[in-house]
Amino acid sequence: MTIEKSAVAGTLESSDAMVTVEPGENGVELDISSSVMNQYGRQIKQMVLETLNRLEVKSGKITVVDKGALDCTLKARVECAVYRSCGKSEKNISWGGTIR
Amino acid sequence: MINAVKRDIPDYLLKNGKEVYQGKFYMDGKYVKKASPKTRIYEKPQESKLVRSIAEALRQCEAKDGMTFSFHHHLRNGDYVADMVMKAAVEELGLKDLVVAATSLGDANNLIADYIEQGKVVGIQTSGIRGKIGEVVSKGMLKTPAVIRSHGGRPRAIEAGEVHIDIAFVAAPTSDCVGNCRGTGGKSNCGSMGYAMTDAEYADKVVVITDTLVDFPNYPASVKAIDVDAVVVVDSIGDSGKIASAAARISKNPRDLMMAENVAKVIASTPYFKDGFSFQTGVGGPSLAANLFLEKYMDERHIKMGWAIGGICGPMVELLKKGKVKKVIDVQDFDIDAVNSINQTPGHFEMSASQYANPANKGAFVNKLDFVVLAALEIDTDFNVNVLTGSDGILRGAPGGHPDTAAGSKCCIIVTPLTRGRMATVCKHVVTVTTPGDCVDVLVTDYGIAVNPLRSDLIKNLDDAGIPHVSIEFLQEKAYSLVGTPDDLQWEDKVVAILEARDGTILDVVRQIKPFKI
Repeated sequence: MTIEKSAVAGTLESSDAMVTVEPGENGVELDISSSVMNQYGRQIKQMVLETLNRLEVKSGKITVVDKGALDCTLKARVECAVYRSCGKSEKNISWGGTIR
Repeated sequence: MINAVKRDIPDYLLKNGKEVYQGKFYMDGKYVKKASPKTRIYEKPQESKLVRSIAEALRQCEAKDGMTFSFHHHLRNGDYVADMVMKAAVEELGLKDLVVAATSLGDANNLIADYIEQGKVVGIQTSGIRGKIGEVVSKGMLKTPAVIRSHGGRPRAIEAGEVHIDIAFVAAPTSDCVGNCRGTGGKSNCGSMGYAMTDAEYADKVVVITDTLVDFPNYPASVKAIDVDAVVVVDSIGDSGKIASAAARISKNPRDLMMAENVAKVIASTPYFKDGFSFQTGVGGPSLAANLFLEKYMDERHIKMGWAIGGICGPMVELLKKGKVKKVIDVQDFDIDAVNSINQTPGHFEMSASQYANPANKGAFVNKLDFVVLAALEIDTDFNVNVLTGSDGILRGAPGGHPDTAAGSKCCIIVTPLTRGRMATVCKHVVTVTTPGDCVDVLVTDYGIAVNPLRSDLIKNLDDAGIPHVSIEFLQEKAYSLVGTPDDLQWEDKVVAILEARDGTILDVVRQIKPFKI
């Protein structure tokens, strides 16, 4: 998928994450801040990159502001932001396909 | 050297007879030679000890570079006094190399954090460290490691001469012109002044700072004129809105209530739950809510609580007023209800931190305690508790009376949710051991109850009462299955804080955290 315009998913509530995606041409540029950075920063990065990879996002600026979200939440927020960024979040979502 | 809670204590800290933690009650039966202050003789009658300003009081007390100043934290986040005194010392007298010995430090003490950064304050001794001051110490900006002691360990260290206070500063809601102080009757009331008492008795000089001067004699006094050198009247000693919170309310969060109910069940299953039992609880959500459920069991079995201690807040005062607890004795008051009750409600008394929790005296209240219900930031599979460092390794907590009540009580119950956000509260190794596992008996979480295997008697009590329980390892695995296994924190070698066990041995150290990069 290609990030066509800026899009956001998630909130800054505790146990959630706010994911912002913006178009870009220099590969995936990832910026993570987290309230649990020291213990889970590595795993958050891994989860975000895995999800982007699954969605075949090759380029864009991805900003994650994490407030202690679980992996499932992070994954959903990244998926939603990417889908919104290319106008595909309204219908025909491939539940169980690309979206897991 | 590895100590009894498996922490590696650097050998260079083990000098002048300092030992590593050996297990609870290690010092029992040993002797201590108490230190004594060098105080000025005031034989000639003094009409008044009032001096015009804090700076003048400092000069009169011959404040010098390198001195240790003590403060107490009854005014909590509303305290103006510690920063006011340090400002006068540094800005007006130009003092440096100062040591701050406080009963707790937090958001009210940002100026002290600045003085640490500037190298004017070179040592910190405290029972709690939060806010900016915790961050600058964690960054390694303090010249010497901070020393963190429990509320009982602090008066022990003062009495033993391990902490020598040159000048103690007493923040007094009311005082008379010779320094009889009380925590009530003024405009910035805090109720009990228990933490200030040992400081006033063992400091060379004592300065009282008040915003409400009252007629002599201000009685019954918490800190007495016999120990006071000077009295300073200022416009305001604190922000009363931040000193005592509005009445503490019992949580309505169903998770808190479920845990609180299980705490009460555990208490009611033990043989210590009988008429006249004694109790302390924290003011956190589930700990405080335990009061509510406990009352139900007390009514059912027609028993009353003999006495309660602690930091006290409204719900305990309510029990006192209803006649369900006979006496309440406290070192600190957390809300308006408690502040207004102390020495007013029959049976509500004040005590010093030493009377409360000092392991070296001959009769601390904690040693007669049946139950204590406490919170935790983290608890590990050895039942060690951390209430000091965050999951990022930064100092942001307070041992307070946690280790003292845990060690003294017959049944210490930790109540905490299994996870907070993505943090596993029940974990393999706590970041810092603040209360050793051999003092902790039962853990109540929202995913189950675990009993310390050292307490086979309590295990039998729970079984007999039909209360299900699991191993603490089960709870830890459950937590990790929910939030993932946390990575280990990465530390520099530099020790930024030494955590003393209540008996004065070294329980753990906090090192400087490495900046995190991914």
